[in-house]
Amino acid sequence: MLETVVENSQATTIMFDFPDWPGFLAGQHVDVRLTAQDGYQAQRSYSISSAPEDEHVAITVERLDDGEVSPFLTGELRVGDELEMRGPIGGYFVWQDTDGGPVQLVAGGSGVAPLRSILRHHRAIASTVPMRLLCSARSLELLLYRDELTSPVDDHVEITLTLTRDQPPDWAGYGRRVDRDMLVEAAWAPAHQPLCYVCGPTPFVETVAGTLVDLGYDPGRIRTERFGGTGT
Amino acid sequence: MDALDGNAIAGTLAEVFGTEMTTAVVSCGACGRTGPMAEVSVYLDGPGVVVRCRSCSNLLVVIVRRRELACVDLTGLASLTIAG
Repeated sequence: MLETVVENSQATTIMFDFPDWPGFLAGQHVDVRLTAQDGYQAQRSYSISSAPEDEHVAITVERLDDGEVSPFLTGELRVGDELEMRGPIGGYFVWQDTDGGPVQLVAGGSGVAPLRSILRHHRAIASTVPMRLLCSARSLELLLYRDELTSPVDDHVEITLTLTRDQPPDWAGYGRRVDRDMLVEAAWAPAHQPLCYVCGPTPFVETVAGTLVDLGYDPGRIRTERFGGTGT
Repeated sequence: MDALDGNAIAGTLAEVFGTEMTTAVVSCGACGRTGPMAEVSVYLDGPGVVVRCRSCSNLLVVIVRRRELACVDLTGLASLTIAG
């Protein structure tokens, strides 16, 4: 482990140096396995939140107080420690320039992690594929990668934010959960036949993917990834 | 616990089958729904991996690991197609 970046009171981004790392595709994840002294093992899957072109491999870990793995990763892991990790993993929820677009990304809570990898990859390769991100967080404080998402620097990326619980006094973005009207306003219209990536807690993904299908998006171009975290 | 999806077991599947499996196409033996492994419902709160059909909840796959042994039950599948 090389470095940590505290994202907010609940989440930390952890950077690793992998010997013999084969490289990865934006959107893939790694499995982290912890082994206790008595041999008990716990394993969790974390999306890679850095781009393939970045110098180090990063994962963003949301601390779950009753978790077996996240309290260790966010609280006890120290620079220089070694971890047992397996990856890169997954070939479905990935984006490459050859997949084309336009691309519609929809994130709930820490579901933005693999989408941040896609956005950073998009910028690193100077892709001209038009990309939009609709990102939901509970508050500005809990929005991951706040600086990157509030000050985008990629001409081919548009970012729309919604803060579902607390909004700053001068907040000009949305202030509710992602719904049908918001998708109509902020997402590529179905006529553009966007390639959609929806990532977040299971209820968030079910709601968004279901609404996209109801709105006439091609189910075959909606890729989903559900996880057990919280916080949209 | 909410159901996850096939992405959550990509590592386990790669270990068992020796290749990337989330893009493999599975057909449900009960209702016939066909789609990528990434889209199936996955439950990890029991002692093993339980995979169910997203349409009809039919039990598709069970994987139980015990030390170095992996027991894989695929009897709920009508077919499993792995991209070459």
